[in-house]
Amino acid sequence: MLLEKGTAAPAFELHSAPDQTLKLSDLKGKRVVLVFYPNDWSPVCGDQIALYNEMLSFFQKYDAEIIGISVDSKWSHKAYRENGNIQFPLLADFEPKGKVSKLYGAYNEEQGRSQRALFVLDEKGTIQWSYLSPIGENPGADGILKALEDLDKQANEQE
Amino acid sequence: MANLTPPVNEHDQQTGSSNAPVTLVEYGDYQCPHCAQAHPLVKQLLEEKGDQVRFVYRNFPLSQSHAMAKPAAQAAEAAGQQGKFWEMHDMIFENQKQLDQDSLNKFAESLDLDVGKFSKDKESEEVASKVEEDFESGIRSGVNGTPSFFINGERLETYDGSYESLSTAVEAQK
Repeated sequence: MLLEKGTAAPAFELHSAPDQTLKLSDLKGKRVVLVFYPNDWSPVCGDQIALYNEMLSFFQKYDAEIIGISVDSKWSHKAYRENGNIQFPLLADFEPKGKVSKLYGAYNEEQGRSQRALFVLDEKGTIQWSYLSPIGENPGADGILKALEDLDKQANEQE
Repeated sequence: MANLTPPVNEHDQQTGSSNAPVTLVEYGDYQCPHCAQAHPLVKQLLEEKGDQVRFVYRNFPLSQSHAMAKPAAQAAEAAGQQGKFWEMHDMIFENQKQLDQDSLNKFAESLDLDVGKFSKDKESEEVASKVEEDFESGIRSGVNGTPSFFINGERLETYDGSYESLSTAVEAQK
């Protein structure tokens, strides 16, 4: 089951580059968009990752960091990022394979890869929105932006 | 299902019949090969069904993949300020493989534009923000790649690169 709104996002630490790791707790105090996707290089993901890569200024506007996660290795991610000029981190859920994807309920056991799933976390690391997309379908970004907007609205109401 | 946000309005580049029963909106990238492929299909549609179809083009440049996508979008919008958006739009798609800054200026010359004004408008805040607003509207409308079509405000899921998939969708709206 995909983790749902109101759940605390499980902690993780994964390679973001061959010589570097990223911990979810490093991003405490920021909103986080987590993008689980099946694989580097496959055409549909390419579109999806390329789309988010064009949107970094929008995510910044909502004080959100975007992170991609798949079971590909750190070396695959490195080549893929260089090839597509991808400006945000892609994490390697590589060993043990799919461990983090499983924690989020976003792993496809049969195919041995992450599902195409989106999460928006608030500043405290609580999941505020999640979405599971059909594997062959690029979910776009309208849902992410709406979730970030709702967070802004809530913040304004509390002030 | 995602709907067109915001709906077609006076800021949009539009052609065809303004009171047509069917409004077709394309989100496109001037450097995307699939958009260049869709271009003659849309032209054919307007030729055959121009009295029934209003066509709107919104910019969705994927700049990290296509370095000339945004400059080309700004060139078309700048030509639009001299009343020649669609002429520039056609010329860019028809010469997609030769796109660079020089060719954009040559297109402007061959369209008899005031090239000085064109060059200035191309870099203007107004034109840049039109292109950005188009992109943002695409995201909000659920655009996930190019070309993406909307027909009477609803995303057209059945476009498959063929003329028939467009014309059938138009017929279904009538």
